[in-house]
Amino acid sequence: MGRRAQPLRPAARAGYAALGLVALVTLGPLFAVALNAKGIGGLTAGDWAAIRFTLLQATLSAGLSVALAIPLARALARRDFALRGALLTLMGAPFILPVIVAVMGLLAIFGRAGVISDGAAFLGLPRLEIFGLEGVLLAHVFLNLPLAVRLLLGGWQRVPAERLRLAAALGFDARAMWLHFERPLLREIAPGAFAAIFLICTTSFAVALILGGGPRATTVELAIYQAFRFDFDLARAAALGLVQVVICLAAGLFVARLALPPVWGTGLDRALPAWPGLRPVSRVVDVLAIGLAAAFLLAPLAALIARGAADVLTLPAVVWEAALRSLVLAVISALLAVLLALLISVASLQRQAVGEAVSFLGIAVSPLVIGTGLFLILRPYVGPEALALPVTGLVNAIVSLPFVLRGLRPALAEAAASQGRLARALGLSAWATWRIALLPRLARPLGFGAGLAAALSAGDLGVIALFSLGDNATLPLQMYRLMGSYRTDDAAGAALVLIALSLGLFWLFDRAGRRR
Amino acid sequence: MIELDGIERRQGDFQLSVSLSLAAGRRLALIGPSGAGKSTLLGVLTGFVQPDAGRVMIGGADVTQAEVADRPVSILFQDGNLFPHLSVAQNVGLGQRPDLRLNAADWAAVEESLAQVGLAGFGPRRPADLSGGQAARVALARVLLQGKPVLVMDEPFAALDPGLRVEMAGLVEALCTDRAITLILVAHELRGLDGLVTDLCLLAEGRVAAFGAADTLRTDPPPALLPWL
Repeated sequence: MGRRAQPLRPAARAGYAALGLVALVTLGPLFAVALNAKGIGGLTAGDWAAIRFTLLQATLSAGLSVALAIPLARALARRDFALRGALLTLMGAPFILPVIVAVMGLLAIFGRAGVISDGAAFLGLPRLEIFGLEGVLLAHVFLNLPLAVRLLLGGWQRVPAERLRLAAALGFDARAMWLHFERPLLREIAPGAFAAIFLICTTSFAVALILGGGPRATTVELAIYQAFRFDFDLARAAALGLVQVVICLAAGLFVARLALPPVWGTGLDRALPAWPGLRPVSRVVDVLAIGLAAAFLLAPLAALIARGAADVLTLPAVVWEAALRSLVLAVISALLAVLLALLISVASLQRQAVGEAVSFLGIAVSPLVIGTGLFLILRPYVGPEALALPVTGLVNAIVSLPFVLRGLRPALAEAAASQGRLARALGLSAWATWRIALLPRLARPLGFGAGLAAALSAGDLGVIALFSLGDNATLPLQMYRLMGSYRTDDAAGAALVLIALSLGLFWLFDRAGRRR
Repeated sequence: MIELDGIERRQGDFQLSVSLSLAAGRRLALIGPSGAGKSTLLGVLTGFVQPDAGRVMIGGADVTQAEVADRPVSILFQDGNLFPHLSVAQNVGLGQRPDLRLNAADWAAVEESLAQVGLAGFGPRRPADLSGGQAARVALARVLLQGKPVLVMDEPFAALDPGLRVEMAGLVEALCTDRAITLILVAHELRGLDGLVTDLCLLAEGRVAAFGAADTLRTDPPPALLPWL
């Protein structure tokens, strides 16, 4: 009888255990880092400049990404066209692209030797120069605009169809739509989207490594890497790691406090392929938004494919072995991430702030900081090389957790609110409640989350770079090594395999969720 | 006068083929089994569904191509008639100006509308604080404020208990009579709607199976209509 009265209770208990695991894997290394740090007094003037630059670029990157996502998400929500599904999947590509590959693509379009610069030179205009803040912002918007769009679009899609019909019947114009739909929705979703992207940008490493650098454009993450790898100054790296954690944790807690309940409640689940009653002028706005965004996001991908296609078939065996290793690692990370996210979502139904804050540890304590901490912990006992792949899989799952939770937690809260009571009234067991009432309604965020986690893991070049020294490299690390040894043709081919792996995994998981 | 002239609409295997006309001030109940085409027909009338062929005439004007909001039709949905983040008064005020830039006279009209549906003083409340019957009345107050000559209701009383159904039906009848509003409502059953409805239309498989004055049809019902009476 007890099981029937509280069908979510067993999962909630497991959720607290999952929270404990996340806390252990993030706070344990952090503790090790803190023990080795010798206070912020050891930070150099360059380190302080890196802190200021990190905050500036993260704020601008997040603001630009969310602002540009608003017209795009609105257009995708209210229009139905033949390639909408394909475009939505492709729109997800830049976020899940391995960062190093994405930056290569952006340089192919916007770089000094890129397509636009070639065009400008042909017209007698100066070539583009995107190194520094501009380049970092360009890359961060490219990488995070799709995430902002997906988060905002998720909000639009939760608006019950009945209310959109009511708006059409009442003749809502653009201002009324803003007042009664967009403003409440943005108040609910935009702070979370902004903070999530802010967090991602503060821990961005490869972008700053390639497009930033130097005293005026170094991020904290890059400064940690330099202190660790070039100076082997673990105390300074640890102090910078703590600064990074404070910045991100503050933003994470800020989001947890800002979180608002869903505005719209539940509807009758009647789907609308496109919004009714739209004025003709809105079509022009939407076509422009979709067209420009598609060009901005897809052109770098197209440039990469054009450059790497010829070399894929002649890649050395070591690249394919690395690809297989990345595939297995990505699937394990994805399954672990959705399991943890599902359990934590149940636990956070009761204690929302705790669930949010602990899950944000996964990103607040960056992979590089976790890697540094684990290096310090494990160095006396086990060779880091032996643990490279298991630790990478676990850390990748935890780093993906905030993104999986963003979509899953509100969906579970809504499903539990609308279906949970019905399930209890029907006397369904815990398993039946999940199988019949909850999981079918969570299929989309679960599929999306698993796809995201798998793709991020497949493209990760963080912990593995710190741990792996020998022949157990993942594909991104192998590609990095190829670039380092100036085998640029092989690197381009490997980049293409990496794109196919990341996008393929995302597409498969996301599609599985949609089909349910 | 509402005239649906040769309306055709195909949706997959389903084909709607309807022609009917209703005099101004009449109150028609559209009944029929699930999948008979009631909601599709309502969609054609309100503008949410474009017919493949035929014309929708209201008050002598062809509104077939008109936008939803530009038709002389107010709509009450089965659910979701109120915005949860707005007060009762603001929800009613949407009927006057969707951007809610209302002056003192407008707010007075809102309060008057609320009074007409028996909800004087409810303006500051939120929809979450209302019962199902009160929420339906608020939506009705907004319809009154819109002042359109045709009211379309999609199973508006489905969620109400029998007592409230009768009460709401009485209120709608009084308001329609008072303002000469032509009413078309979709109903799953006719219980509690006796005084409200002046005409009946039975739809079956996308076609009109029976149509006429309610009194006449009740006195001498065709066989297809018997289960509904």
